[in-house]
Amino acid sequence: MNAKQVNRIMYAAGILLLAAFATYLFNWSRLLLDTLLIIATIVAGVPTFIKAWKASRLKMFSIELLVTIAVIGALIIGEYVESAAVTFLFLFGAFLEGRSLEKARAALKSLMEMAPLEATVVRNGLRAIIMAEEVVENDLVIIQTGEKIPIDGRVISGNASVNEAAITGESVPASKGIDDQVFSGSILDSGYLEVIAENVGEDTTFSKIIELVEEAQEGKAKTQRFLEKFAAIYTPGIMILSVLVWVVTRDVHLALTFLVIACPGALVISAPVSIVAGIGNGARNGILIKGGEVMENLAKINAIVFDKTGTLTKGKPGVTAIKGFGIDEKEVLLMAAEAEVISEHHLGRAIVKEAEITGLKLLNKPTEVNVLKGRGIEVNLGGKSLYIGNRKGLFQNEIPIETEMESYATKQEKAGNTAVFIADDKKIMGIISIADAIRDKAKDTIDNLKSEGIEHLVMLTGDNKHTAKIVGEQLGMDDIYAELLPEDKAVKVKECMGKGIKLAMLGDGVNDAPAIATADVGIAMGVAGTDVAMETADVVLMADNLDKLIHALQLSKATVRNMKQNMFIAVGTVVLLLAGVLTKNVNLASGMLIHELSVLLVILNALRLIRFKPVNRFKPSAPRKDENVLCQKDMPLNVKNI
Amino acid sequence: MKTLKNIKTTRYQLETLTCPSCITRIEGVLNKEPGVEKAKVLFNSSRVKVEYDEEKVSSNRLAELIEKVGYPILPS
Repeated sequence: MNAKQVNRIMYAAGILLLAAFATYLFNWSRLLLDTLLIIATIVAGVPTFIKAWKASRLKMFSIELLVTIAVIGALIIGEYVESAAVTFLFLFGAFLEGRSLEKARAALKSLMEMAPLEATVVRNGLRAIIMAEEVVENDLVIIQTGEKIPIDGRVISGNASVNEAAITGESVPASKGIDDQVFSGSILDSGYLEVIAENVGEDTTFSKIIELVEEAQEGKAKTQRFLEKFAAIYTPGIMILSVLVWVVTRDVHLALTFLVIACPGALVISAPVSIVAGIGNGARNGILIKGGEVMENLAKINAIVFDKTGTLTKGKPGVTAIKGFGIDEKEVLLMAAEAEVISEHHLGRAIVKEAEITGLKLLNKPTEVNVLKGRGIEVNLGGKSLYIGNRKGLFQNEIPIETEMESYATKQEKAGNTAVFIADDKKIMGIISIADAIRDKAKDTIDNLKSEGIEHLVMLTGDNKHTAKIVGEQLGMDDIYAELLPEDKAVKVKECMGKGIKLAMLGDGVNDAPAIATADVGIAMGVAGTDVAMETADVVLMADNLDKLIHALQLSKATVRNMKQNMFIAVGTVVLLLAGVLTKNVNLASGMLIHELSVLLVILNALRLIRFKPVNRFKPSAPRKDENVLCQKDMPLNVKNI
Repeated sequence: MKTLKNIKTTRYQLETLTCPSCITRIEGVLNKEPGVEKAKVLFNSSRVKVEYDEEKVSSNRLAELIEKVGYPILPS
């Protein structure tokens, strides 16, 4: 029996009940009234009876069985009004719950509806329109104005303004040109693009978001687990109580009423419906919160550790100066760029980009590439070994830094640059200075966090002390730790955790994945396209935008508050009803009505979360616990006091 | 060893689930079926995710089981 049929049955029963009511009003005949009520009971009861039968055949206990027993009991004692009302209300309640739950869960559905359906590809010089899932890797895909991008890929020609709301929650379109990444599910507002497909079908970021949201909705909050445990004890407990009621009062009808009314419907649904609505609001705004427990932890956060590069700063550094020692500046840049061509590191990319801007032709291909995490890279370039990196790597390779070079590097670093050393196996040949600008919204966000009850703000970076100090102090960080290797970051995060501290770590999720995994709540930002980060983080901010952190924090608090309100409504209703039943103020039909209304109220309350918007609570004079250092002070890397 | 078996994952979309008790009912009946590796009801998206061995049980048979417990499957 499907929903449509059940709805028809519900309407039919409703009409029969109206007819019965008319009969009662005009005082026609008692027999007609009873007949109508009995027919209404049977009609409305059929779906419930069938469900009860199916469940008991599988030796499973179900609420439908309780209702069936109660209805049969009511028919036997001649309470036809009650039996008809209960069966009808039971259907009607389920119908309303279904409708409103669908609304609460609509976020995922609306996401799915954004999925692209078809794609225009060029194969063997011919254009063809195919289903989006039929596109294969390395296909050339053409997207025109108003069309949805069907795959994740790289632009090889054209320019366009692209709305990426489905992925990042950002409504402001992003402009895309050659070599930019585009994502499946985003819409081309204006322009024209030719894209080479990199991820297709289930591998696209968009598909992964849907998968994550789906899984997240099932992730249970601690509160929810407690409720389920409670329900597991509660249901048999209520059954024993009903038997007791029967033993004491010898009133079968009262015992049955007690049993049906006590069913924990609203109670079981109260927590998950808030969580789902909250997760849904996040998903629509490019914030993926992975489940109820994360939601609860996020609401309690009082300390945040930030990775500097790519989080507080733009993460797109540019070359600011080049110095050669005994060789020409162009030569230094050329060698470094040729070596870094294969690099994923942002500093490497900055060097390659600078070479492109200068118009250098990269001829030599590096071989025997060895990436030293947190130190740099070693390559073989045209038969010569070449090291590009920081002081740590130089020290390991036993390459001396002469005084002149050291003073130049320090001068550059004090001005906020990162100094990258280029050396062969014996000596340093040049230093390239690279700087990374602070994000426009970083200062505002940090100021707002203080008003959000975040008491400790810590910054970690693999970068040098001077740059770290400049950025950290500009933003008003309480503690600044510099020159950390990726594995140090995780250790540092662990040191900051502990008594009374709920710590979040915010990073870009690539080289700080271990630290993100260590924190109470790991948050990765701007990760559209990096799978590792999407998988390790508890909270994923799809947009490359710090604003979303405030939204996520406020949303989690609102969700937890909503969940508590719902539990209060649910428990309160059951307590009142049971008291009412025992004092004979509530009968089966009215009890059922109030019970269904409480379930509905819980769902409607959760629906408020769908429309949640962050508010600016900035108070310039927010109190700060500035005097206490969160992480161990004796760490030599704290540069706050240099 | 998973390599010896041919494990397939299928999702079924059900009508809106309103009672958490349906979870145990559906999961129970599916997990009892030989050939089913793992059955999970995604309560909040009203979907059932089943990993099963194609050699031993068919997708149609699984759908039949879900319907038999009283939950109609929607065409996706």
